Amino acid sequence: MSIIVPNAGNAAAMTRAQEMRGRSLWVDARRRLFENKAAVVSMVLLAIITLMAILAPLLSRYSFDATDWNVVSCAPDWWPDSTVMCNAGGTHWFGTDSVGRDLFVRVLYGARVSLAVGLVTTLVSLLIGVLYGAIAGYIGGLLDDIMMRVVDVLYSLPFIFFVIILMVIFHRSLFLLFVAIGAVEWLTMARIVRGQTLSIKHKEFIEAARAGGVGPLAIILRHVIPNLLGPVIIYVTLTIPDVILAESFLSFLGLGVQEPLTSWGVLISDGANQMEIAPWMLIFPALFMALTLFCFNFIGDGLRDALDPKER
Amino acid sequence: MLSYAARRFLGALPTLFIIITFAFFMMRLAPGGPFDSNRHLPPEIEYNIEAAYNLDKPVYEQYFIYLDNLAHFDLGPSYKTKDFTVGEMIAAGLPVSLRLGLSAMALAIFFGIALGTIAALNKNKGTDYGVMVLAMFGITIPTFVTAPILTLIFGIYGVNFLGMDLSLPVGGWNGGALPNMILPVTVLALPQIAIISRLVRGSTIEALRSNYVRTARAKGLPAYLILWRHVLRSSLLPLVSYLGPAVAGLLTGSLIVEQIFGLPGIGRYFVNAALNRDYTLMMGVIIVYAVFIIGLNLVADLLYAVLDPRVTYKR
Repeated sequence: MSIIVPNAGNAAAMTRAQEMRGRSLWVDARRRLFENKAAVVSMVLLAIITLMAILAPLLSRYSFDATDWNVVSCAPDWWPDSTVMCNAGGTHWFGTDSVGRDLFVRVLYGARVSLAVGLVTTLVSLLIGVLYGAIAGYIGGLLDDIMMRVVDVLYSLPFIFFVIILMVIFHRSLFLLFVAIGAVEWLTMARIVRGQTLSIKHKEFIEAARAGGVGPLAIILRHVIPNLLGPVIIYVTLTIPDVILAESFLSFLGLGVQEPLTSWGVLISDGANQMEIAPWMLIFPALFMALTLFCFNFIGDGLRDALDPKER
Repeated sequence: MLSYAARRFLGALPTLFIIITFAFFMMRLAPGGPFDSNRHLPPEIEYNIEAAYNLDKPVYEQYFIYLDNLAHFDLGPSYKTKDFTVGEMIAAGLPVSLRLGLSAMALAIFFGIALGTIAALNKNKGTDYGVMVLAMFGITIPTFVTAPILTLIFGIYGVNFLGMDLSLPVGGWNGGALPNMILPVTVLALPQIAIISRLVRGSTIEALRSNYVRTARAKGLPAYLILWRHVLRSSLLPLVSYLGPAVAGLLTGSLIVEQIFGLPGIGRYFVNAALNRDYTLMMGVIIVYAVFIIGLNLVADLLYAVLDPRVTYKR
C-alpha cells in the first residue's frame, strides 16, 4: 500500500523499492503490528497466560478442587502480614481460598474457562454475524431491509437480561453460556460485515465473478468474505474481552459456571466477599483478568492501526 | 422534522411489543412454575392458586390478559413478594436507580468530554498517553472489581487526607444522602468516562484537522473560541449517538452496583427476581428497561437530526 519514491541514482534503494512493491496489505500490516510495542508485549503476555492455563495441572502440586482444612483462607508466604500466612513451605503461591484450595491453580483453571468461553463464543458470533451480514449486504433489497430490521430490534433488547433469564430458566451449563452470550455478540459483527459488504459489492472483481457465472452464495463465500477479513479480525479481538467480561458478569451474579469449576468472575465474586480478611483472593484473579483484557484491547488497537493506517 | 419524529416513534412501538412478547413466552416456556416449592400442597389449593393468577388458562389467553393489563399500566402481582404488585415495587425502586444512573451519566459526560478534549489537544504527548491509558483501565477493569477495591480503600481502610476523614459509607441508600451516593455513582461512571473520553478524543482530533477549523484559525479567532464554537459542536455529535448504548451500559452496570452496595433499586429487584423465579417482577423490570433503552435511542436519533445539519429527515 505504501508508495515508495526511489532515490534516483541509488541502486540499492531501487532494488529495495522494487522488493517493497510486491508487499501485500497483510505483510505491511504485520510489519506495522510488530512495530507496535504495546501490541507485541500484549501478544507475548497473552501467550504466556494461555500456556499457563493449558499447562495448569503441571504447574502446581495442588489440584484445583482439593480442599485442605489446615490452610483455610491463608495468605501466600510473602504476604506482609505474617499472621495470616499459610506456612506451607511457600507452595501456595497465591494463598488459598475459604475452603483451603490453592488459589494459583484455581486462577489458572478460571483462566481456562474464561478464555474458552471467550474464544468459543466469539467464534459462534463470528460465524453467525459474518454470514448474516454478508448475505444481507450482498443480496440487498427487501431481504436486506428485513434482516437488518431484525438486528435493529434485537439491538434494542436489554440483552443481558435475556441472558440472565436463559441461565435461570434452563439448567446452567457451559454450552448455554456459549450460546447465550454468542447470541448477543453477533449483532455488531453483522452490522460491521454488512457495511463492508455494501462497500465492496460493486467492485470490479465481484462483477467479474458474476459475469463468469458464479452463484451468489459462492461469491459471498469465495469473494466477499475473504475481503472483509481486516475489519472482522479487528472486531474479533475486541469481542473476546467483551465476552470474557460478560461471562464474569454472569458468574459474579451467581449465574455462570458452577462449582467446583471456576472462572475469573466466580473467583472475583468470592474474593469480593472475603476481601476484608483475605484481599489476595480478590487481587490475583482480578489482576489476571484485567491483564488479559488489557492485552486483547491493545492487540485490537494495534491491529486497527496496522490494518487501517489512515485511522491514525 | 415532525413527521420524522412521528415515524421514528411509531417504529419504536413494534420493537417494544416484540420485546414484551419475547419475554412473556420465554417465561412461560420455563420449566418449573413460580409456585413449585418443596411443600406439597393439596391439588385443590394448587389449582386455586393457579386460577387466581390465571395460570390455568391456555398460554395464548394468558398472553392476551397480560397485554390487556399492561395497556392499563398494570404489571400484575409479584409472584414471590406477597402483598405487593410489580408496579408498586418498580415505583419504589425506579427513583433510586434513576438517580444513580442520571448522576453517573452527568459525571461521565462531564469528565469524558473534559478528558477527551484535553487528550486531543495534546495529541501524542504525555498528557494524551496518560489519559488514554487511564481510559483503557476504565474500559478493561469491570465494575465488580472497581467496586470492591474502592470500598476497601475508602470504606474499610478509610482515608485520612490532611487530617480530614474521607471515609465513605460502603452500602445502603440512606434516602439518597450524598456520602452514600459517591461510591456507587463513581463506580458506575468510570467505564462510561473511559468510553466517552476515547470517543471525544477521536472526533475532536478529526474536527481539529478540518478545513473550517483551519479557516477559523486563519481569520484569527482566539483558540478558546475556536474550541468552543467550532470544534466542540461537531466533536460532540458522536456522543449523542452514543447516548443509547450508554444507557444500556449504565443499566447493566446498575445490576452489579446495586447488588454490591445494597441499594434498593430495580436492578437489585431484577437479580433477586431472577434467582427467585419471580416471573412477573422480572417481566416488569425488563419492560421498564426496554422502554428506557428504546426511548433514549429515539431521543438520541432526534437530537442528532436536530444538531447535525447534514442529516436529512427524508427517507
